[in-house]
Amino acid sequence: MTMHLNRRNLLQLSAATVALSAAGLPASAQIDELVIAYNVTLPSWDPTVGPSAVNPTIQGIYQSVFDQFILQQPDLAPAPGLLTEWGWNEDRSKVVMTVREGVTWHDGSPFTAEDVAWSLERAANPETGNPINFIWSTLGNFTVEGNTVTADVLRFEPTIFKWMYFLTGYVLPKAYYERVGAEGFEAAPVGTGPYMVDSFERNAFVRLKANPNYWGGKPEFDTVTIKFVPDAASRVAEVESGNSHVTLEMPYEEYDRLRQGGALTGTAIPISDIGMIFLNDIDVMLDPNVRKAAVLAIDKQLIIDRLLSGYGVKIDTLQTPEYDAFDAAISVPYDPEQAMALLAASGYGPDNPVKFTIQTTRGFKPKDYEMIQAIVGMWRKVGIEAEIEVYEIAKHYELRAADTLAPAAFYNWGNSVGDPTTSTGFAMFGPSPHSVWDGEDLIAMIGPLWGEADEEKRIAGWKAVDAYIAENALVIPLLQYVQPILAAPGVTVTPHASGALLPALMTRS
Amino acid sequence: MPLLRAILIRLATTAVTLLGVAVIVFVVIRVVPGNPIAMMLPPGATEDDIARLTALYGLDKSIAEQFAIWLSGVLRGDFGTSITTRQPVLSLVLGRLPATLELSVLALLIAVLLGGLAALTGTRARGTRAEAAIDIANGMALSVPDFLWGLILILMFGVVWPVFHISGRVSPALDLPFASNFYLFESLVRLRPDLTADLLAHMILPALALALPLAAIIGQLLKQSLKETMHLDYVTLARTKGYGETHVILREALPNAVLPTLTLIGVQFTFLIGGTVIIERLFSYEGLGNMAIDAVINRDLPLIQGIVILFAVIFTAVNLAVDLAYAALNPRLRHG
Repeated sequence: MTMHLNRRNLLQLSAATVALSAAGLPASAQIDELVIAYNVTLPSWDPTVGPSAVNPTIQGIYQSVFDQFILQQPDLAPAPGLLTEWGWNEDRSKVVMTVREGVTWHDGSPFTAEDVAWSLERAANPETGNPINFIWSTLGNFTVEGNTVTADVLRFEPTIFKWMYFLTGYVLPKAYYERVGAEGFEAAPVGTGPYMVDSFERNAFVRLKANPNYWGGKPEFDTVTIKFVPDAASRVAEVESGNSHVTLEMPYEEYDRLRQGGALTGTAIPISDIGMIFLNDIDVMLDPNVRKAAVLAIDKQLIIDRLLSGYGVKIDTLQTPEYDAFDAAISVPYDPEQAMALLAASGYGPDNPVKFTIQTTRGFKPKDYEMIQAIVGMWRKVGIEAEIEVYEIAKHYELRAADTLAPAAFYNWGNSVGDPTTSTGFAMFGPSPHSVWDGEDLIAMIGPLWGEADEEKRIAGWKAVDAYIAENALVIPLLQYVQPILAAPGVTVTPHASGALLPALMTRS
Repeated sequence: MPLLRAILIRLATTAVTLLGVAVIVFVVIRVVPGNPIAMMLPPGATEDDIARLTALYGLDKSIAEQFAIWLSGVLRGDFGTSITTRQPVLSLVLGRLPATLELSVLALLIAVLLGGLAALTGTRARGTRAEAAIDIANGMALSVPDFLWGLILILMFGVVWPVFHISGRVSPALDLPFASNFYLFESLVRLRPDLTADLLAHMILPALALALPLAAIIGQLLKQSLKETMHLDYVTLARTKGYGETHVILREALPNAVLPTLTLIGVQFTFLIGGTVIIERLFSYEGLGNMAIDAVINRDLPLIQGIVILFAVIFTAVNLAVDLAYAALNPRLRHG
């Protein structure tokens, strides 16, 4: 047998290649089927159980198929959803919820108040494995009368209604779930959301069909395919090649390049995630001068401008401007001279630096390692010698839960309901497994706020806590992240400040 | 009989190897940093919540107890339940295995084709500029790692000249009439060229990225073997009989020269399957490798164990198959 590779063979091969490649590539002119390159995969369809239930990045997919008890608008404000009214009775011993009428599940069955009561009871049952069980278990003894659900307040939780549009706050179909079980629900999930699941390939894609009976109005795109593309470079290639119409979370340099190129449109708004440095009250961090110097020596705006191409908002407390307890009056300046003076008072300086370890992830968030490198450089100038230790995010969680983080540790914190309990509260309250600052003074300040029924007094109390934390440098808030989203010219994306990318908020340009 | 005895010994050692792998993996993934329970703790979780979740996933027992429970389950065909997906591990890994196998086999075919072509052409054109060009191309293919080839291919055929799909395994809009997860195989059997074309348009780039370094290795080794064989007496005799150079290479030299390459292909195939972990991630291909990365990120211990054990089974099976094929092809081994 002889082999000849001549011009004719080559042309035939090329023609075959083009024919092969033409199979199934999306047309770019008319967008009939919206394709989104998503940055995470979807491990499970039950939004109330398991690790994916508390993964903020996945919530955008869940919210496309399921409705939460209460709707959260793009600016984080609550709005009537499946519950049209909600509140406590006068003595706060009961909660009363009014359920929307005329809603149907994706399988055509009617949505009822029984579904709401069952979903809340199920979430409160420790056997189901809901990670937010500690919140849902504060309600019990549900009664349903018409479209009204009433429950006893077993323990007053001021944020209970905020959790109804936060992690695991979803309504599931009682009758359907009891009929098909957990496995059947995983195979064919049914919700009341704007989109219905048409097909799902684990680790690959989910194809959604618009819910024609959606109570909030049928979404603009009849069909939406969400491809799971975890690699940022591949996501950029997806939109650049026209294989996908929308994507998110790419390096800011790539975002600027593609947006300025004119082929794609972009939106970049601040979302509810923040970057921060935990300070553990051990070793040198017990010295207030060291902590205060560490805070004063960081030029946050420079980091945002140089490393994040300007995409970020400097913060001085764990609240962003969208959060309920944000107080613009609390401000910490960049003051390296003052930092040096404080260190000198404790016997430290550039020639005799104070030494500690700072832990950080590398590549978990945009420029996380680079930011810490820059901060270490700024610290060095004033007399702080920090050694960087890189760890995986899983290690961070483990160390934080065991209260064994290094004296300083970088982390990002999400709080899409914007309540101070779910930012300052859990991050800084000593007994919380998420806090590494155990000072009794702070515990005494925060303790009474957990059950404070007077909302005005509660928020004022959290602002006072934030002021105290800033004054004593108990944590280093750095910045509020900005989420970059790129879209093909035919699509208009309405970003959501929670960071959830919602196909129902996308329209044709 | 010696062959049968060798097979039985190999099977016995394989079982011991797999048990060793199981022990190592089980212990290592519990010792390395990263606690799956810590990762799913919500803000405000109490010590009781932590204890409840730990018990729920069976992580409150000692490692020895956990291993005993897991091993007894494995022997009954129960590899446990994935923490993140809450699905049986066995069905998850078996569901993804066909995708990875199809990608690996396609990559292997491409590698053999390209490597063989390079070796044969280089041998045929030895001493010319064509041989030098092939050697340079071989060197380039070998020196660039597969993930970098992946990025280059995405850029070339996904962005600059967007002719192939750069993510996924099949177009979501297609209705798949398949009974198994061997999509490519089934599309061929069912004579569905539309589906075959769509699948290949998705698989060609990741397969090529995996294949190029292996093709270079095959090309180099086969060419070297051919070069040595071409100087043997029986090849000279064939030439003196008047056979053309192409005939001499293909019919006389190649059968002898191909044996070392076959062994190499077997060994490299296992590395190629290992390479799918990164390549599948890069191309968002729904195989075992992609699933493995998610499992590691989420510290999904039962799923990591299941995937590693399956990879170990594949590696040992491929090595066994190569040894058997080598024994069958080599008369000296066949007859003891």
